[in-house]
Amino acid sequence: MSERLAVRKTYKLFIGGAFPRSESGRSYVVTSAKGDFIANAARASRKDARDAVVAARKAFGRWSGATPYNRGQILYRIAEMLEGRRSEFADEFEGTVRRTRGKDGKDAAKRASDEVDAAIDRLVWYAGWSDKIAAVHGSANPIAGPYFNFSQPEPAGVVAVLGPTSLLGLISTVAPVVVTGNTCVVVCERAPLAAITLAEVLAVSDLPGGVVNILTGHLAELAPWLASHMDVNGIDLTGADERLAAECEVAAAGNLKRVLRPGQDDWSADPGVGRMTAFLETKTVWHPIGV
Amino acid sequence: MTDALFEYAPAPESRDLVDIRSSYGLFIGGEWVDSLGDERGKSINPATEEVLAEIAYAGQPDVDRAVDAARKAYDSVWSRMPGSERAKYLFRIARVIQERARELAVLESIDNGKPIRESRDIDLPLVAAHFFYYAGWADKLGYAGFGPEPRPLGVAAQVIPWNFPLLMLAWKIAPALACGNTVVLKPAETTPLTALLFAEICRQADLPPGVVNIVTGAGGTGQALVTHPGVDKVAFTGSTEVGRLIARGVAGTRKRLTLELGGKAANIVFEDAPIDQAVEGIVNGIFFNQGHVCCAGSRLLVQESVEAELLAALKRRLGTLRLGDPLDKNTDIGAINSSAQLEKIRSLSAEGEAEGAARWSPPCVLPDRGFWFPPTLFTGVSQSHRIAREEIFGPVLSVLTFRTPAEAVEKANNTPYGLSAGVWTEKGSRILWMAARLRAGVVWANTFNRFDPASPFGGYKESGYGREGGRHGLEAYLEV
Amino acid sequence: MRAFLHGLPGVDQVGADQRAAMLATRSIKTTAKRQAIDLAVSMVDLTTLEGADTPGKVRALCVKARHPDVAQPDVPRVAAVCVYPDLVAEAVTALRGSGVKVASVATAFPSGRATLDVKVADTVHAVAEGADEIDMVIDRGAFLSGRYGKVHDEIVAVKAACGDAHLKVILETGELATYDNVRRASWLSMLAGADFIKTSTGKVSPASTLPVTLIMLEAVRDFAAATGRKVGVKSAGGIRTAKDAIKYLVLVNETAGPDWLDPGLYRLGASSLLNDLLMQRQKMATGHYAGPDYFTLD
Repeated sequence: MSERLAVRKTYKLFIGGAFPRSESGRSYVVTSAKGDFIANAARASRKDARDAVVAARKAFGRWSGATPYNRGQILYRIAEMLEGRRSEFADEFEGTVRRTRGKDGKDAAKRASDEVDAAIDRLVWYAGWSDKIAAVHGSANPIAGPYFNFSQPEPAGVVAVLGPTSLLGLISTVAPVVVTGNTCVVVCERAPLAAITLAEVLAVSDLPGGVVNILTGHLAELAPWLASHMDVNGIDLTGADERLAAECEVAAAGNLKRVLRPGQDDWSADPGVGRMTAFLETKTVWHPIGV
Repeated sequence: MTDALFEYAPAPESRDLVDIRSSYGLFIGGEWVDSLGDERGKSINPATEEVLAEIAYAGQPDVDRAVDAARKAYDSVWSRMPGSERAKYLFRIARVIQERARELAVLESIDNGKPIRESRDIDLPLVAAHFFYYAGWADKLGYAGFGPEPRPLGVAAQVIPWNFPLLMLAWKIAPALACGNTVVLKPAETTPLTALLFAEICRQADLPPGVVNIVTGAGGTGQALVTHPGVDKVAFTGSTEVGRLIARGVAGTRKRLTLELGGKAANIVFEDAPIDQAVEGIVNGIFFNQGHVCCAGSRLLVQESVEAELLAALKRRLGTLRLGDPLDKNTDIGAINSSAQLEKIRSLSAEGEAEGAARWSPPCVLPDRGFWFPPTLFTGVSQSHRIAREEIFGPVLSVLTFRTPAEAVEKANNTPYGLSAGVWTEKGSRILWMAARLRAGVVWANTFNRFDPASPFGGYKESGYGREGGRHGLEAYLEV
Repeated sequence: MRAFLHGLPGVDQVGADQRAAMLATRSIKTTAKRQAIDLAVSMVDLTTLEGADTPGKVRALCVKARHPDVAQPDVPRVAAVCVYPDLVAEAVTALRGSGVKVASVATAFPSGRATLDVKVADTVHAVAEGADEIDMVIDRGAFLSGRYGKVHDEIVAVKAACGDAHLKVILETGELATYDNVRRASWLSMLAGADFIKTSTGKVSPASTLPVTLIMLEAVRDFAAATGRKVGVKSAGGIRTAKDAIKYLVLVNETAGPDWLDPGLYRLGASSLLNDLLMQRQKMATGHYAGPDYFTLD
């Protein structure tokens, strides 16, 4: 009896809660570390990026207006869904890394499952921040006059994320952006399978369509369009190399986007609140106190 | 008799308090030095067009010297000094400012054209308060929420505008110094004099040389400063146009950047507003400092059901505004800061008329010399008029109407800017509903144009990024 | 009535305080100050409202009212002398032919805690004795408990009892607690027929303040715009110095407008204020600071 032929998955884009192919009809080959074919990922075009921004903008009002408690619940729900598909992520991850032991002595399978576990735990960590960041980052300000004056963080709007190359990196960049009420467009070049499988999880996790939009494709092709897009409020350059990051930062000045420059991103370290506050505005409200 | 009575005889503040030198050098490394170049400019009194002093326009070599002095002071003194000692220097500066407040206020009014009532009662008290506020933070940075031992950034390049010369200096220098940075500050070329007097105050306070350096000059000096490879931090307040250039300039560098830029704030008046206070708020919102305020309430959005009543009250109130000598204690509206700014206000106002909006000003005699523009309001303005979209930065109010709260929010947010907004209603739940939806960094409810060192200030969208004031203001000057 | 009064625009306390404080920074100098001082003198309701008042005290006050300063014969006379009802006749006699009006408090001043017929009788008596002006108090208890109709009807009744005498309605703003209430009480009194609205009895602290006067000036301004009838304002109590008086005049000028800069539409209820006005006047005339021993104490 011959071995059963596997049914392969088509990896598509994730825009506004739907899974379209690229309007350009293009795709690119994703290979394993050894160079074997794994899949054809959709290669998004600038028009896909444009559509994704429209979807993100459309979702912003409802998502930013949701209660922090609700956003936290939804992020936690995503973690629950991820937990249920650990093995799928681990397999995909394992497929793309060298099947050799790393410096830490772990084999590929172990590294893959650790990576997925860390990603899930990171998401749970961020889920809990939804209704705490305002308490930590906001304040009632003791001003010298008969006014009540308070400052609270608010999401900046639509954020473009130039995604890093791993599931943990992806979660570590996307979660801090959306937990505070932003919506985002993520571009993933080098970990497209994890990104799209993540999208499949997002699609069934109560996350409103458009809050997270995921484009697979070439960073160098898509990033400048997002960086110069006048309806994008912030850009996380994490996944860009130095040259592309500088180019995008110049373009981002067009409408004075909030820019998070690429840094030394050790995803296993304590993330701190910096990735959240990078895309938060502070709104200060004054009101007189009188009778 | 009654007519004559309340012409209010002139009540000028004495000019004898200030001593303006005929010419100024640069303040670098705690010394007055001559510019290495020979480009110079004049600072004039906008109310009389009299030349006040000649100032140096610093060139690249001057900026190099200033940045070097700041670096040296940073490395050898300021970054190593315990916060508690830095605090005492800032407290000292705050005290000297209070001691010399009247002198500074008069000088500010002479150089800038703003009414002495404002420089005396608003600018100067806030300047001193800002130094006091950040003085207290200098030895408490570990408690500010940016980690247990937050580090300063290094040398800060700071470029400030002409509308609140000394106040913007305070907003820039106080937090920078409190956090352990040293600064090179460039005041605007039309209003350098109070910054130069501040240099003297630093000397009176025995501030270590090089911690504060003041280089005067125009756009070229500013550009040399913000693009200097030796600076770690750029802080700019001014136009969105220049802010964009600066943002491009620091792209791809390690420099940190904060920008406080333009605005086109909506001041929204609902039918249940406390009308008399709303009228005051509208007047204060747009005519404070001749409208040379980035957060000015330049778009009045009034609910249609009270439009007629509100406009009648507003026009009556504008009739009582007193325009003239900035040093007269009874002046409400002073001089426009420069002929260039006056030209811009004139041309945008002419555009408003050409686009079909109705222009109105109260009867108002403008002095013969100097730069003046009467308080002006435009009615029948729609969102697509230039005067409803562009920052005029002058005493010109555009009046628009709305019917529902949702429409008010939509119109208020329909701008690339997002610095401030005003809401006038006696209904508490509506204030909070509006405040949550207005995309602006400061929302004044039943008040307008209030400032305090403890209150973060700064914009959304193209109004810039970063906050000045409060605990939030520390973030711009710390490695976080 | 309730619906109307509660439909008036609210007053933001902080904003009103700031407006008044800003106007208080107006600097009135030289010629403007000299004129302001004389105007203030001509607006004074020279007042004595003590339990210890006697005919002698009132007669002395009336002499002062006619000629505030013997050394400065060009000082204008004051607007009125204000006394208790039982001393009206004394004042009328002493002021005959001077042009200085006689004002009498009435309606169970200062508390107003009496029945309507007593209040009306009090008024009728004062008018019969020759009072030109009646300063009545509103029933603050009724006002604060929302019985606006009762307050209104009492004013109407007292107004009827006044005949040709001018009616000043004292709101006693120190007991009304909020500026919203001051605005409502102002409108209620004007609708009921008041010729003047007056801040205070002088027996309750705080008496007149700049913001309270501001609210009342806004009310008379808006009432005139709505009805065409100009109602006067009287600030009473706590105004002791020329500097204070000038602040009030600035407030009048910039709020209700120059029309109100007239003793027919604005009064200052005071006693010790007059001498300070005279001292400042003399200082301006002589260039030297004046001493209190040179001004009579009646």
